[in-house]
Parts: sequence; structure tokens; C-alpha cells
Amino acid sequence: MHEPVRFGQQTATKPILPVTAERLFVRRKGRVLLDVEALTIGGRGTTVLVGPNGAGKSLLLNVMAGLRAPDSGRVLWNAEPPNRQRYGRFGMVLQRPVLLRRSVRANVEYALRAVGTSAGQARAEADRALEGAGLLALANASARVLSGGEMQRLALTRALATGPDLLFLDEPTSSLDPASMQTIEAMVKSASEDGMRIVLIAHDLAQARRLGDEIIFMHRGKIVEHAPTDRFFGAPASPEAKDFIAGKILI
Amino acid sequence: MQDFAASFFEAFRLVAGLDSGLIEIVWLSLKVSITAVFIATVIGLPLGAFLAVTRFPGRSIVIVTVTALMGLPPVVVGLVVYLLLSNAGALGPLQLLYTPTAMIIAQTILVVPIIAALARQTLEDLNGEYRDQLMLFGLGSLARLRTLLWEGRYSLMTALLAGFGRAVAEVGAVIIVGGNINHVTRVMTTAIALETSKGNLALALGLGLILLIIAFAVNALVFLLRAAAERSAYA
Ligand SMILES: Nc1ncnc2c1ncn2[C@@H]1O[C@H](COP(=O)(O)OP(=O)(O)O)[C@@H](O)[C@H]1O
Ligand SMILES: [Mg+2]
Repeated sequence: MHEPVRFGQQTATKPILPVTAERLFVRRKGRVLLDVEALTIGGRGTTVLVGPNGAGKSLLLNVMAGLRAPDSGRVLWNAEPPNRQRYGRFGMVLQRPVLLRRSVRANVEYALRAVGTSAGQARAEADRALEGAGLLALANASARVLSGGEMQRLALTRALATGPDLLFLDEPTSSLDPASMQTIEAMVKSASEDGMRIVLIAHDLAQARRLGDEIIFMHRGKIVEHAPTDRFFGAPASPEAKDFIAGKILI
Repeated sequence: MQDFAASFFEAFRLVAGLDSGLIEIVWLSLKVSITAVFIATVIGLPLGAFLAVTRFPGRSIVIVTVTALMGLPPVVVGLVVYLLLSNAGALGPLQLLYTPTAMIIAQTILVVPIIAALARQTLEDLNGEYRDQLMLFGLGSLARLRTLLWEGRYSLMTALLAGFGRAVAEVGAVIIVGGNINHVTRVMTTAIALETSKGNLALALGLGLILLIIAFAVNALVFLLRAAAERSAYA
């Protein structure tokens, strides 16, 4: 059915953590979209990015993921620039996940094949991953006809299947019903407990509290606050973070 | 009027009876146009793909040009190919004028822009949607392109059918470079033109009928492909 996957066999590369950003700057039409002095993602746990719409959260993750080049500054994955050989150890669920026009199973198999897993093994691993996500019954369904919650679950399953060291999640539960949100949060927690380093953009502060070991608060392209979750919510240092936590709109 | 009805009757008899003269003409038409579409695909698909995923100075001019060439007048293409293939032309020594090969060359020129322009549009849209995700899979540019071609397969097949529709129905180019020689370069469209002018309405109508059926079948196929594409894309 599907075209033969003939990706280069990707050899195991060295770890990608820590991921660091140095003096990132992005400007469009005179407006500063991103201005981040320094950020290091290392160690363990889950970092949750919060901030008003348009604060630059997605842009920061996309730049750190090597998908967008900054106007200046640089991103290093364990002291080297991101390159495609190293995506085997990195996973990301985009704000608008792109599912391939194939079956649910084929989507997961594709990601596994892309990092050099053999066809037979990819099939077995895909089914195991789908079972864990409660998607096995839908394995043969077309990925593009799933419900919103199922699509997000599939996108997360696909990103988790290759067992990355570092996982970026851009609003993985926005516009999902509570049950779907719970399933996704449980998957994220379990991956984190297994030692996966996670950076997640949360559209809702309750979720940030539930999942975050530390919080990064962004406003107008800048990191305004970077603190452990308890301290961020208990004693926010900046007036912007205080207003944001209090639910006052900040643009 | 009597004549006209009789012609209709005779036309149906020719089609239904699989008249050998008629079959020969239909067969040559299909052979020429399908070959032209095949060659045009080999040229136009990579061209469209290249334009879809690369950025270079002058790219938009190339795209506008290719898109405009979709509307090339067949007689002009026929004339240019004629000049190239005629004894005084650059390709004159090949002695291709008034052969099916000349007709294939002319139709290929007509179809390449159609396939290139439609493929470019399809693949560029898809690339906008897929690029980041395919990067995240760790794919290089060729592997990304291969995936885009597969994901866009239904739309791309529609482009090939559009090209075929144009090739099989055009008369201007093939009549100039083929010459409408009986048993050699006579295809459906040129035969219809000739037989009509000779007053042999039965054969003209029979061929017209087959051309209509082919056009209908191509459009039905396009419709089915669209439906398949939608099923595979979104609910
Ligand atoms: N490629 C781009 N071109 C122009 N503006 C962009 C681009 N990407 C993002 N932006 C702008 O940058 C700002 C930050 O966007 P984003 O990172 O998506 O915000 P959010 O914090 O909501 O995820 C927004 O104002 C958005 O319009
Ligand atoms: Mg965002």
C-alpha cells in the first residue's frame, strides 16, 4: 500500500541534552517576537511554558527545535547545532499536529522507520505504543478522520514511540474535552517518570500546576520568570506574572 | 435531415461494430497522447517539485511563466515544432515530420506546463503543511519530497489526467506536425475535422462519440480521485 520507506539508517548519536539557547533574537516588521538571553534545558523533569497568546512560546520552542533559524543567537543540542541526524533522540508535538494521510498504525510506523527501525520491528513497536495509548482498536482507521482528542493522542504516541531524550509539546490539550485531556496528561506524566525530559506549553494554569516541575513565564518575546512551580504560583516575582496568574489579560 | 439521422445510425454501427478503421484511429490517438503524458510527467513532475520546495531569485517569474504556458495555443506549438522538424529546421535531419513521434513531441510540449504548474501548486501547499513535521522525522530534502509526492498522489494523478484531457482533445498541433496521413498519423481529432469537411459524417460522429466517452471517463476518474483524496485528507 505505502511507498517503501528507504530512509538512511540513522546511527545512534550522542545525547542531545542539555539544550541551550544563547541570545536568541527574532524580529518581524520592526516587532520583536523573541528576545531570550539564555535558557538551558537539562537534567530531568517537566518544564511548563506559560504566557499570554502571542508571547512567543511556540516560536521559542520551534527555534529550540531547530525548525526556525533565529535572526541572531544560537541553539545548541549538547554543544552542537541541531541537525537532522539527531532528531531520532528528539520528539515534538506541534501546535497543529500534522498526521500523514495514512492509517493510524502507519503514522507511528513511519516515525519508527524514519529513525532506522526495521519494518517488522516497527510494526510490533507501533502496536505496543498504540495499545498503551488506547488507540489499538483504531490502528487501521485513517488518521485524518479521528476526533480531535484521538488525533492529539496519536500525535503524542507517535512522538513518544521513538523514545526521545527530550520532548516538546505545544499545547497538546488545547480544545480537548476533559477526558481526552486527562488521558494525555497521564501519558505525559508517565513519560516524565520514565526519565524523559519534557517541555510543554500549557494554555491553562491548572495544567501548568499539575504537570510542571518548573515554570517559564513569557511575555512579549521575553522570559520574564523562570522558577520552580510552587515558587512561581506562590510568590511570583514580576508584576506581569502576578497579573497573569490573577487572570488579568496581558498582551 | 434524412441524411443526418442516417449518419447517426451509421456512427453507432461503426462504434458498436468496432469498425477496424475506427479502432486504428482511436488506438493511435491513445498511444500518442498517453506517451506524451508519460514523457510530460517525467519532465513536468520534477520541475513542479523543484519549484515547490526551492527558493531562488526569479522563482516567481518562472512560476508565472509555467502557469501561463498552460494556455499555450496548440496551433502555435504545432507551428514551432513544425519549424524545428522541417528540413530546414534544427531537428530536420531526424526526419520526424509527419510521424507519430512528431505528434508526441508537440503534445508533450502542451502537457508539460499543465503537469508542472499543477504539481507545483499541490506540492507547495503540502510542503507548507508538512515541512516541520517531516523535519522532526529527521528526513533529508529528498526523503521529504518523496513523502510529499506520496501524500499528494491523488491530486497529482488529477494533474496527469488534466494533461491527458488536453492532449487527446487538441487538433491544432497534431494536424500541423502529423499531417493527418491515413494509417500513419490520423488521430481522432484530425480525422473528425477531415471527415466532416468531406461530408463523411458517420465516421466523424462515431469518433466524436468515442472522444466524448473518453472525456467523460477522464472526468469521472478525476471525480473519484478527488473523493479518494478527501477521504484520506479530512473527515
Ligand atoms: N513566521 C512568522 N512570521 C511573522 N510573525 C510570526 C511568525 N511566527 C510567529 N509570529 C508572531 O510571533 C508572535 C508569537 O507567536 P507564537 O510564538 O505563536 O505565540 P504563542 O506564545 O501564542 O505561542 C505572534 O505575534 C505571531 O503572530
Ligand atoms: Mg502557540
